[in-house]
Amino acid sequence: MSDISLQIDGRPVTAREGDTILDAAREAGVAIPTLCHHADLEPYGGCRLCIVEAESRGGSQLVASCVYPVEEGLSVTTRSEKIDRIRRTLLELLMAHAPDSPQLLEMAEEYGAKRDRFDASSSFCIHCGLCVRYCAEVKKKNAVGFVDRGPKKEIAFIPSIASKECRDCKECFELCPTSYLQAAFVLTESLAFPHESE
Amino acid sequence: MDTGRIDQIIDRHGGEASHLIQILLDIQGENSWVPGDAMRRVSERLEVPLDRVRHIATFYKAFSLVPKGRHQVHICMGTACHVRGAGRVLDKIQEVTGVGPGETDMELKFSVETVNCLGCCALGPVVEIDGKTHGNISPAQTVEVLKSYE
Amino acid sequence: MARINSPAKLDEFIKGVIDGRSEGRTCVTLCSGSACHATGSEAVARKIAEQLEEQGLAGSVDFRRTGCHGFCEKGPIVVIDPEEVCYLQVQPDDVPEIIETSIRGDGIIDRLLYVDPVSGEKTSHESDIPFYKHQRRMVFGPNRKIDPTSIEDYVAIGGYRALPKALGDMSPEAVIDEVKAANLRGRGGGGFPAGIKWEFARKAEGEPKYVVVNCDEGDPGAYMDRSLMEGNPYCVLEGLAIGAYAIGAHEGYFYVRQEYPLALKNLEIAIARAKELGLLGENILGTGFDFHVKVHRGAGAFVCGEETALLKSLEGRVGEPRPRPPYPAVKGLWDRPTNINNVETWANIPLIINEGAKAFASIGTDSSKGTKIFSLVGKISNTGLVEVPMGITLRDVIYKIGGGIPGGKKFKAVQTGGPSGGCIPENLLDLEVDFNKLTEAGSMMGSGGMIVMDEETCMVDVARYFIDFLADESCGKCVPCREGLRQMQGILTRITMGEGVPEDIDKLEALAEAAQGASLCALGKTAANPFLSTFRYFREEYEAHIEEKRCPALSCKALISYYIDPEKCQACMRCMKKCPSDAIIGAKKTIHIIDQEKCTKCGECLDACPTKFGAVTKLSGVPVPPPLPEDRRAFVRKSKAK
Repeated sequence: MSDISLQIDGRPVTAREGDTILDAAREAGVAIPTLCHHADLEPYGGCRLCIVEAESRGGSQLVASCVYPVEEGLSVTTRSEKIDRIRRTLLELLMAHAPDSPQLLEMAEEYGAKRDRFDASSSFCIHCGLCVRYCAEVKKKNAVGFVDRGPKKEIAFIPSIASKECRDCKECFELCPTSYLQAAFVLTESLAFPHESE
Repeated sequence: MDTGRIDQIIDRHGGEASHLIQILLDIQGENSWVPGDAMRRVSERLEVPLDRVRHIATFYKAFSLVPKGRHQVHICMGTACHVRGAGRVLDKIQEVTGVGPGETDMELKFSVETVNCLGCCALGPVVEIDGKTHGNISPAQTVEVLKSYE
Repeated sequence: MARINSPAKLDEFIKGVIDGRSEGRTCVTLCSGSACHATGSEAVARKIAEQLEEQGLAGSVDFRRTGCHGFCEKGPIVVIDPEEVCYLQVQPDDVPEIIETSIRGDGIIDRLLYVDPVSGEKTSHESDIPFYKHQRRMVFGPNRKIDPTSIEDYVAIGGYRALPKALGDMSPEAVIDEVKAANLRGRGGGGFPAGIKWEFARKAEGEPKYVVVNCDEGDPGAYMDRSLMEGNPYCVLEGLAIGAYAIGAHEGYFYVRQEYPLALKNLEIAIARAKELGLLGENILGTGFDFHVKVHRGAGAFVCGEETALLKSLEGRVGEPRPRPPYPAVKGLWDRPTNINNVETWANIPLIINEGAKAFASIGTDSSKGTKIFSLVGKISNTGLVEVPMGITLRDVIYKIGGGIPGGKKFKAVQTGGPSGGCIPENLLDLEVDFNKLTEAGSMMGSGGMIVMDEETCMVDVARYFIDFLADESCGKCVPCREGLRQMQGILTRITMGEGVPEDIDKLEALAEAAQGASLCALGKTAANPFLSTFRYFREEYEAHIEEKRCPALSCKALISYYIDPEKCQACMRCMKKCPSDAIIGAKKTIHIIDQEKCTKCGECLDACPTKFGAVTKLSGVPVPPPLPEDRRAFVRKSKAK
């Protein structure tokens, strides 16, 4: 596999073909914020916090570094007024759901995000997808999944599967940035799990 | 829904996982809604995780996971109809039927849906009931039309 | 019918079809697209068939049920060929007279003719009607002439000349060169040069390759693709086969909205007929080129019009777009090279192969070649589908073809490009219809929706409407779109309810920047356009809503009050009878008063009050005048002026 030379924040960086910008940045010790990214899971590109400016002959555009493949001669900028402003807005949107999430609070401090800028939402879930993806890709049980789409999207356990698989697992719990997952599980367990006698 | 019927539909599509949406559309078409058992059977036979079948059945709005009423009331909320006052007609439908878009009344008489553009923009606002198009309909006329359905 | 196994045999077949038809034979054509169906064309069709039979004319007069003619405002439409006598809004009861006067005889029935909304002039010949005269119906024209279930009709008017030419006389590269030279830009909204996209797919590595027809037309108010697929599925099929040959694909998919049952039906018929004749399937026309197609139905997701989401849907998955790169031309369906184009784009291909790139490119502007089909709808006299050369001005489309704004109202804006597009105000009406020009003005060509709005349309409500739509249709995967739309929806709704605050504009602008910059796909990237475009040109309406709690268009229910002017009220009680909320107090000779507590702003009273009285008005941003005291409500008939 050939080497790819690119620039990140003005520094020359060498990456392997097939790497993403995020891979290359991490190797080079450049920090890019992420939320929905996880080393054991396929890159998701959902939270968009990892956006960077990527410039090539074709022009310049904002891209999600966790999914954008490195290209020869690419010039990447990881911080700028615009990038910071957008990251701040994204964090504020997420904090409308989960203002007390430790991961969000940490990033909020860095980017000056205000927890109550936007109208609060009744659901804590920020749809990072970590729980659904972990159960599908790592545990291969698909005990929890997405339902519906858009602002109405939710995560939901499948009672018939969760009642069999989750008690001895719960590995997804620690992935959840907002603790919504644990709450959803407890609710499903008490309301929807089939009873012993059934 | 009868497992035999579900299997027939699945077999028509060669049991192919990529035909999942087409299979569910056929189930919806024959049954007027997609029961949980149908989703489980499809998941089994196509070897597709149940949560994916469930996500598809809820992501795509052609599917209903609850039984529908005897009469389907579709009100077009396309831009042309909107500009010609579809909102007022929808308000009136809600008033008369007691249910809003995506809902079915308790007697299973009317199911109300908003749809995006029936392509009869010259007749806006348009309401389609059980496939019959009522064009240039006013809120008052809507009341009369709805009354005529048993 | 035997398979045609060479281009020469196809020539013979076509000649046979044409020779079997007599040119001067009278043909009654009835538009039978979905829109005319809704105006009652079925009943007219039955009557025509019945009458022709009864009067012994069935053997000498053809009756052809065609697809959509485009003049949807005036359906059902009957055109008698070869004279082209055009009758509008035909009812079953008109049929006997039509047969008597214009088929047996050669007279014209005045009352069924087109009347110009401005001059009052009547026109009897279809091509003289301004609605048609100013169009250039290169792609849509055949709709008028063919029965969509008849492949013979299609070949009789020039169909299936391009496919044998491409397969027999041109190399795949030559086909691509022709499409590149024509500079055909995608007609679905993206506007990307089709030839270049085809070239990427041809050069990409991987087998098998696929071609896809995007018929997931989802922009509300746009139904061009539906009418093309219902009325002439063959031209799309022919274009698709040519594209497959050029790219090196042997499998094609049609992705059609399940809400288009007639299009699906006519498509299946066309596919079956084409297969029978050897124009589709194994060894097409004996040239050794195999091409098979499958039809997939959409299931109610606007986002599946986005090409990567469409591919996911074809794979049986939820329609969540994928990041690009890699582009579908390189890694598409099942990670194989795939070329997706819109219905209208494919429909232009036979034209380009037949006439040549130069002829095609002679129409249009520097950056936008050829014609475009638009759905001209909303507050416009002549609603329908129109095909115009690129470069025509919006003014000409709206006034020369569209007949202007009905009801004596004033034009306010024309919305193009669907939810991703924008509104263009009056002072920009001389803008040319052109990909780049529309984008510069803050809108876009889009798939072809052109929605005309008048003085009674509230532009803040228009933004809210589109944002509502997008929030419903967002796939929900990425934060800037899902959460951005959630918040935009809330803010715009509050503004139309009179609860807006100045900070709302800052918030909307921040959300717009995040959506444009960070969204995963084009739906999210353009999600804020409804706000941005209306705010750019109609800022004062936003300011009025927020600062004065006033809706200048007198449309937002929460900000308007209905008021009966006591000076004008004639105490006729018409409004009282219509009011569904018993909110009007009055009697035969007592000035009517609206009880604001009970009024639900339904507008029935405004519709009921005779125009010559005009007593019911709407107020906004000002307190409603207190009602006249009861003892001052006696109606006094004003004496006529001497």
